[in-house]
Amino acid sequence: MTIRSLDDLAKIREENKHKVGLRESGQGKEGAAEILVGMTTCGIATGAKETLEALTEEIKAQSLENVRVVPVGCIGYCFSEPTVQVNVSGEKPVFYSKVDEEKAKEIVQKHIMNKEILKDSVLETDYGKA
Amino acid sequence: MDMLNVNINGMDLQVPKGTTILEAAKKCNVHIPTLCHLNLGELGVVNQTASCRVCMVEVDKRPALVPSCSDKVTEGMVVKTDSMRAIAGRRTSVELLLSNHPTDCLVCPKNLSCDLQSLAQELGIREIKWEGKRMDYEKDLSSYSLIKDPNKCIMCRRCETMCNDVQTCGILSAIDRGFDAFVGPAFNLDMVDTSCTFCGQCVAVCPTAALTEVNEVGDVLRELNDESKHVVVQVAPAIRAAIGEMFGMEPGTLSTGKIAASFRRLGFDGVFDTDFAADLTIMEEASELVHRIQNNGRLPMLTSCCPAWVKFMEHQFPDMLDVPSSCQSPQIMFGAIAKTYYAEKMNLNPEDITVVSVMPCLAKKAEAHRPELSCGSDSNVDIVLSTREYAQLLKEAGIDFATLADDEFDSLMGESTGASVIFGATGGVIEAAVRTAYEWITGETLENVEFKQLRGMEGIREATVTIGDMDVKIGIAHELGNARKLLEDIRDGKSDYHVIEIMACPGGCVGGGGQPYHHGDIEILKKRTAALYREDEGKAKRKSHENEQIIKLYEEFLGKPFGEKSHKLLHTCYQPRERI
Amino acid sequence: MENVKSQENKQYRIALRNSGLIDPGDISDYIAFRGYEALGKVLTEMEPAEVAKMVKESGLRGRGGGGFPTGLKWEFTLKAPGDEKYLICNADEGDPGAFMDRSILEGDPHSLLEAMVIGGYATGANNGVIYIRAEYPLAIKRLQVAIDQAREMGFLGKDIFGSGFDFDLYLKLGAGAFVCGEETSLIQSVEGKRGEPTKKPPFPSESGYMGKPTTVNNVETFAAVPPIILNGPEWFQGIGTETSKGTKVFALAGDINNVGLVEVTMGTTLREIIFDIGGGIPGGAKFKAVQTGGPSGGVITELDLDTPIDYESLKNIGSMMGSGGMIVMDDSTCMVNIAKFFLEFTQDESCGKCTSCRVGTMRMYEILEKITNGEGTEQDLINLNDLARSVKDTALCGLGQTAPNPVLSTMNYYKHEYEDHVYNKKCTAGSCKALLSYSIDPEKCIGCTACLKVCPTNCIDGKAKEVHVIREDECIACNACFEACKFDAVIKP
Repeated sequence: MTIRSLDDLAKIREENKHKVGLRESGQGKEGAAEILVGMTTCGIATGAKETLEALTEEIKAQSLENVRVVPVGCIGYCFSEPTVQVNVSGEKPVFYSKVDEEKAKEIVQKHIMNKEILKDSVLETDYGKA
Repeated sequence: MDMLNVNINGMDLQVPKGTTILEAAKKCNVHIPTLCHLNLGELGVVNQTASCRVCMVEVDKRPALVPSCSDKVTEGMVVKTDSMRAIAGRRTSVELLLSNHPTDCLVCPKNLSCDLQSLAQELGIREIKWEGKRMDYEKDLSSYSLIKDPNKCIMCRRCETMCNDVQTCGILSAIDRGFDAFVGPAFNLDMVDTSCTFCGQCVAVCPTAALTEVNEVGDVLRELNDESKHVVVQVAPAIRAAIGEMFGMEPGTLSTGKIAASFRRLGFDGVFDTDFAADLTIMEEASELVHRIQNNGRLPMLTSCCPAWVKFMEHQFPDMLDVPSSCQSPQIMFGAIAKTYYAEKMNLNPEDITVVSVMPCLAKKAEAHRPELSCGSDSNVDIVLSTREYAQLLKEAGIDFATLADDEFDSLMGESTGASVIFGATGGVIEAAVRTAYEWITGETLENVEFKQLRGMEGIREATVTIGDMDVKIGIAHELGNARKLLEDIRDGKSDYHVIEIMACPGGCVGGGGQPYHHGDIEILKKRTAALYREDEGKAKRKSHENEQIIKLYEEFLGKPFGEKSHKLLHTCYQPRERI
Repeated sequence: MENVKSQENKQYRIALRNSGLIDPGDISDYIAFRGYEALGKVLTEMEPAEVAKMVKESGLRGRGGGGFPTGLKWEFTLKAPGDEKYLICNADEGDPGAFMDRSILEGDPHSLLEAMVIGGYATGANNGVIYIRAEYPLAIKRLQVAIDQAREMGFLGKDIFGSGFDFDLYLKLGAGAFVCGEETSLIQSVEGKRGEPTKKPPFPSESGYMGKPTTVNNVETFAAVPPIILNGPEWFQGIGTETSKGTKVFALAGDINNVGLVEVTMGTTLREIIFDIGGGIPGGAKFKAVQTGGPSGGVITELDLDTPIDYESLKNIGSMMGSGGMIVMDDSTCMVNIAKFFLEFTQDESCGKCTSCRVGTMRMYEILEKITNGEGTEQDLINLNDLARSVKDTALCGLGQTAPNPVLSTMNYYKHEYEDHVYNKKCTAGSCKALLSYSIDPEKCIGCTACLKVCPTNCIDGKAKEVHVIREDECIACNACFEACKFDAVIKP
């Protein structure tokens, strides 16, 4: 649709708010989770595409309905690419570094399904949320 | 006019808004050296790349030095041209240029006429402080007209301005980057493989020897010393107004008589004036015009004396090759007549005749080699010298040109009228044609032969001349960029001219690529032009068809103008060429 | 847009606010994060002059390097006579090791588009161009997708937000010439000419693209505009230092643990960036210097690490903000060699137009090469300094005028290293091979022959259980013997 006024824009925003609630406020539907994958040149160069595919496949394999994978830009931590951020409703976001396909499966199986954080792979960022 | 206050080296002065620092400095007798800068005033030729960094001056409150050639005066500006900082900046720029410039001055074609050499002398540079890599490119010797030596290119971009902005040919531009950058055709193609017209304006403005003419002085000396050869020479109208400059004479001094004398001294067997052939050209061209007008032929008709213009048209307007007159240029017509009529008259074998031309033009060198302008395997014109090479030949032969007594050209093909002399100035060919066409069409005698509305320096001029019951609309352009505009109008059907004269060079042949270097002084071109009109004024006969030798030529040899024999000997055809 | 700087966090994200947070290929994600709201506000509630004024009041300055006040630039173009004006985004990021803009373009392309429409409105331009280097294929792809989406939703095109304002833009791919980051060269290149600077004045705001008034801003500058509109100029004013407001993105590279992008408030110290955010120097090595401003900047030493950085303070310590490249060097770095490295880059990237840059940078490079080869003389040091100053004073554009900076700043802070190379023929950092001389400590050598076996030029003499000796004139300083020796007997220079 074509936006003709601020009201039109507000409407679209309202319609899409549910999509970003988890990222914006950390709150979503009960049990909802999002996995953000850094998909810029640096991420892709180190295998982010494969990571993203592995995540999507694993979610499908485990029939998880409330879990989304979102390709996003980069958070600037080139040394830790591919970088993945896991947002689980009601919990602090967790960043993982150097996530290959193996680790991607583990994230789904352990963190998403069992709320078990992969301590060895956590990336300590110096900022909480953007 | 808005006036601005400026202080230069402690001197206060007022200058009109738009004045550059360089111009303002000149007003208070302050000289700032320049190199890349070029400004031919009303001709609209300006090179303001500010790339050489030689004219740098210190301006109050500006963090870095400022190029005075292009920066304009602002209100209250305080300029220092003689501070240590400004001097050091300028000097470094010249030293850096020299550090990447061949040091073969003694044998360089531009020795003593090189702007970089003069500058080094002016700044008193006695050693080249910086050592290191130097450019090492091959010379381009591919063409008959000019030689390109990239190692002597200082990236002033004057040639580029001429080639792109003025002539709109777009052959020359900067190629490569950083230290290796120089000016040349795209992909550094050989000049012959481009759509270069060989107008030579790049050579005319090059401050160094990066672009020079192909030198044929040695060939002339060889021919003159060959007993078996009958060597004749023709000299184009524009030479007589310029050659004196090479011998310390005032620009605009007419040297017609001295030229004839110098040719005799050099030992030429026939001493002729291209003006004779110019009169012949008018006979043919005016006939063609009358023919086209009376037979509803293709109009406008364009003159075709200028070889650079002809080549330009073949490359740039291949769809319009029916527009220009089919007449050969005077230089070629002269050669054609010399190797037929003259040979016959003198009882010579045409193959033993060497025709040398002295031309203000580098495109004439290439023109002489065009196969369709040759008679069989033999060229109509064998060797073409530029005005500058002619001067060199005189110097080499030890002829003190300035003190020579006047002499006459040979009578057979030496007579010429005032109409032919003005061929050398923009508008001159058309004025000459009108003088003849007028009398032919109306059958009346033309009392006032001067058509001043056709003269001047504007790039595009137009005028209407009433001939009988017809208003003949005339267009005139010099510089190829202006020619392009006129041609585009014709192509778009916007133009209602009957006849158009086009010359490739600024001011016409007086500003040709083979003339003595003007070093950016437009006054020189104006003085040369005035000299040609002066010679016309002093002539008893001022209409081409009154030239008795020409009348005789038709009676004895050619038959009638635009007739069968003329077509065979004096007319040509054009071929579409690619645009590269 | 709740960009609150928390106590424990050193970073503060304005330009990168959405990077890593939204799906760059989905316009609704951007809208959900208040995207295009600033544009709507500008077009429906403000006059162009008000927008320019608001940006001026925010204190936003050009992030591409120059630091010129953005709002003032916009006002110049707005006031310039003429109906046809242009707005160009400089996305020709070319500093070695810098990729701030790429990250924004790939991670949040709509923020640039939104800001450009705002900029077009504020400067009176209806046409925009994003000049982006062809080496950024992903950024180009994402931008093109974003442009298509924005057109479909009416954020680009005719009568945007029903305001009667028209604006559209297209991508122009650059061939990756560094000099095209200079705005006049960039304009030449957009016009299809050789990317070469032209003299200023006239400035682009008077006569730019096709001779029309033109504004050129960098990606990161644009990215800060929508938050300024939404949060007000006072908010932006409140961040940063006296003269430099807001945040700056830096690309950390070189000898540093956390290589990557950081966005910090103006006034953050280099120490905080390098040691707190960047995680310090790898392998326990010692910090030696940091180069900001890319090849146009200078080196900053340990002594100035606590300077709160902004446009002015960096200039005062002999460097510059530049576009945000930050190259960290440890103590194994030879500063003469670093200067040579940057000169090689600028010489390579010089367009060749003006004498000072075309020939001057080559001659400086050659002197540096002479010095690192151990052939430098006292006169070379004098000449190098003179030439660097002269090129700075006479070059035509920013590239040439700043090209000598790495030389001048290293000569200033590390004069002793230059002198060491010239007088003692020594490179203390051990990186100039021609000056390396390896030797064997007779006290430590046990004659195990390990070094002798690995030497590729067979320049080590010695028998088993006897002290070995290196023939210096044949040594190529490959370091193999040093690595092979288990007894620390090989002495590296």
